[in-house]
Amino acid sequence: MTLETAERRMGWGLVAPALLWTAAFFVLPFVAMVALSFAHMEGREVVRGFDPGNYVRIFTDWTMLKALLNSLEITVVVTAVSVVLAYPLAAIIAFRVPARWQRLALLLAVLPFWTSYVVRSYSWLLVLGQNGVVNKALLGLGVIAEPLEIASTRAATVIGFVHFFVMLLTLTIYANLIQLSPNYARAAADLGAGRWATFRHVILPLTLPGVVTGAFLTFVLCIGDYITPQILGGNNELTLPQLIMLQLGRSGNFPLASALSVVLMAVVTLAYFASSRWLRLDRV
Amino acid sequence: MRVLAWVYLALAYGFVFLPVAVLVAFSFQDGRLPVPPFQGVTLEWYAKVLGDRALVAALVNSAVVAVVSSVVALIFGFLAAHALARVRLPGSVLMRGVLIAPMTVSYLIIALGLLAVFNQTGVRLSLWTAGVGHVVINLPLCFAITYAAMGDHQKNAERAARDLGAPEWKVLLLVSAPMLAAPLAAAFFLSVTFSWDEFIIAFLLTRFDVTLPVEIWSMLKSGLSPATNAVGSLVFLVSVTLVVVLEVFVFRRVK
Repeated sequence: MTLETAERRMGWGLVAPALLWTAAFFVLPFVAMVALSFAHMEGREVVRGFDPGNYVRIFTDWTMLKALLNSLEITVVVTAVSVVLAYPLAAIIAFRVPARWQRLALLLAVLPFWTSYVVRSYSWLLVLGQNGVVNKALLGLGVIAEPLEIASTRAATVIGFVHFFVMLLTLTIYANLIQLSPNYARAAADLGAGRWATFRHVILPLTLPGVVTGAFLTFVLCIGDYITPQILGGNNELTLPQLIMLQLGRSGNFPLASALSVVLMAVVTLAYFASSRWLRLDRV
Repeated sequence: MRVLAWVYLALAYGFVFLPVAVLVAFSFQDGRLPVPPFQGVTLEWYAKVLGDRALVAALVNSAVVAVVSSVVALIFGFLAAHALARVRLPGSVLMRGVLIAPMTVSYLIIALGLLAVFNQTGVRLSLWTAGVGHVVINLPLCFAITYAAMGDHQKNAERAARDLGAPEWKVLLLVSAPMLAAPLAAAFFLSVTFSWDEFIIAFLLTRFDVTLPVEIWSMLKSGLSPATNAVGSLVFLVSVTLVVVLEVFVFRRVK
């Protein structure tokens, strides 16, 4: 019994630093932010209190609502496109590429992952811009007569995002596929299933947790990202993070920025519950 | 079907490499704009970038913040994982949840919350405050990786060490940590990369001394320039070297 108490005391001691750090610099700030979201501005002064005005404004002011909708649309499209593009890539690497080359194939597929995030968005600007590589190539080939306007549109934001998340999802989906025993596919084939039926009824359900986990991470990272839409999206439309940064910067409206962040957080939480049945966050 | 697979593979690699290829190619541009036509090869932009004092200072800042915050995150994460994997504590499921939670929250929100607290308590923004934020984002990662790697195999060795009279800190330092060398190294280097490349927390929580991504961000404001390409290519070169070294010396030995 005393041994067990001593062991427990030691356990608490070991877990304490991490727990205290998370409490002080994650939980507490989060609570402070929620509290701040119920304050309001008078001139340049923050007046604390319990004023739901910021939330009312978010859901009645069309600029704010539009930013939320833009973010949702972009994120859903990016997540769907990335999964659809990454799954075949992961499958080809897992099943077609010879085993000894798979690691290299995977390393190469995620190599651009190691460029700086800010620089990666900037690079897409060079590719997609008016005088960019794509336009120059298409003009040179005579496919188009006028340069396409891709940069500074939503399409550019989506392309930039998809590029990043295809790499991420290829990794997570590959990790899932490679763990599958080939016996599943063999058994399905023995029982008369064709290729598509095997995939649809055997492989896909078995890899679903990995796909959903990757898709959830994509959703979280995509909807909260400021850089990609800011660099690639132009100024025609705002996403939620851009709106938050605008409130922080130009207008110095910390309470409204906090309320917008709480809304962002709520959206992510909803996504979490929608996918929680298949989520394996401890096994990314 | 087989041909289709290889075509897809080629297209996918093309898509993945296109921006990086363009970035690196036009860092050698002998002209003022990093877009076609290519006007010849020069190293002028690299010289300019490496001679830029603000940029080099930012690079050093980034490296320091990345290493220090990753060391802290790794130690805290490892200790917590050890406790939760080995000792039966009440509320351990909840504690695991709390420790993992920051992973599911946008960096922007973490930064904003910290900014609110630092503003209210009068803490001045510096590289330290950005480092605090980076520990917050990397702690769950270090915890999850080491927690997942703790198996019964190590448990027996630890018990043996304890039976032979080793105090707990010695068990941790001389038995558990060496047996987990590979996952610990993986967690550390992943943390370093995340911190090194992190923008929004560093942007909101630093003031006068900034990290590299923030410095690059301010370079972007002056428009397209091969100098930005050169910085990007250098960062890429450093990261890839790190990955290759890791692959050859750490991960290969694990198998």
